[in-house]
Amino acid sequence: MYDAKKVFIGVMIFLVLLTFPFWYGKGKAIPAIQLSIDTPEIAKLAEKKCIEPTAYMRSSHMELIDSWRTAVVRDGQRFFVTSEGKKVSMSLSQNCLSCHSNKEKFCDTCHNYAGVKPNCWSCHIVPKEAKG
Amino acid sequence: MNWSRRNFLKLTGLSLLGLGAKPGWEVLAGNENSKFIKGPETLKGKRWAMVVDVAKCPVGCRECIDACHRVHNVPDFKNRKDEIKWIWKEPFKDVFPEQEHHYLEDTLKEKPVMVLCNHCDNPPCVRVCPTKATFKRQEDGIVMMDYHRCIGCRFCVAGCPYGARSMNFRDPRPFIKEINPEFPTRTKGVVEKCNFCVERLAQGLLPACVEACKDKALIFGDLENPQAQIREIVQSRFTLRRKPELGTHPQVYYIL
Repeated sequence: MYDAKKVFIGVMIFLVLLTFPFWYGKGKAIPAIQLSIDTPEIAKLAEKKCIEPTAYMRSSHMELIDSWRTAVVRDGQRFFVTSEGKKVSMSLSQNCLSCHSNKEKFCDTCHNYAGVKPNCWSCHIVPKEAKG
Repeated sequence: MNWSRRNFLKLTGLSLLGLGAKPGWEVLAGNENSKFIKGPETLKGKRWAMVVDVAKCPVGCRECIDACHRVHNVPDFKNRKDEIKWIWKEPFKDVFPEQEHHYLEDTLKEKPVMVLCNHCDNPPCVRVCPTKATFKRQEDGIVMMDYHRCIGCRFCVAGCPYGARSMNFRDPRPFIKEINPEFPTRTKGVVEKCNFCVERLAQGLLPACVEACKDKALIFGDLENPQAQIREIVQSRFTLRRKPELGTHPQVYYIL
């Protein structure tokens, strides 16, 4: 093989760059995110639970909200019957955020961590913002 | 195995048929939408429509415009080029260009007439929308927009013969005087228009403009209901519609 040395060095540099993200972050402890569900509205609730079980909300809230959007906008259905049979209004700002009134701490903490930027709030209004 | 060619083909055909029937069966069997319901207070109609009584509409009044724009967070850019309109005034000669003639008095030619989305029975905006962001509700005929889907192509702006659609060329948020937290704003790059107050109908309320009009110049109701006041008016009085010759079947009727 011609220039075996140069090729080898080149391949090594390529491999180092390729694996950079893996060894760069290695050993560094990334603090687990702490979700704050500590709002005055939640404190007032007698039974502290969301409309669906926490595990489901954590994993699938985006699918739930997406199905709400279709139901409300396209089918004109504005209420959701939970698995417990409770009827709740399908509204982001008036239902979700009425309890989770700390959007910066509740929504943004995870979304920033995961690098997910939903564009809900370019149109929907965070209740606090309306006053200012 | 002793399979004849004939049997093999028969079985293949049957299996393919079965595969084809599967999606149809899924649609019929799984009705997931039962989790979603309408509120009991929702006003029900089969064909919502509006009558504008132009004679009753006082010159200089803009109660309905202000009420609508306040409820729906309609921005005011202070600039005609970027203007967003849900309900607004146009001079008579422009609203009904085919009714104008040389001898018509200037006061009548220039008389302001309220105009809004006509919620056409055959809406051209729905036909041209490439993403189905604009759609006609089958249950009550309201021509509605799903702002989530709008890509801002403005085909609908070109398609609407009534100029009822406005494009957000700029971020509307800073130009809304007082934000109503109950209704979302729009964002830069989407088109918007009158929605016949679907969100208010769902709460059992009449459209904001109708409620705000002290002179009862705006009448809203279900044309398919033989007992409705609007049906009685449209049946017994002479009404005009904007550009009916285009075949859009507009559902805003004018009494002059």
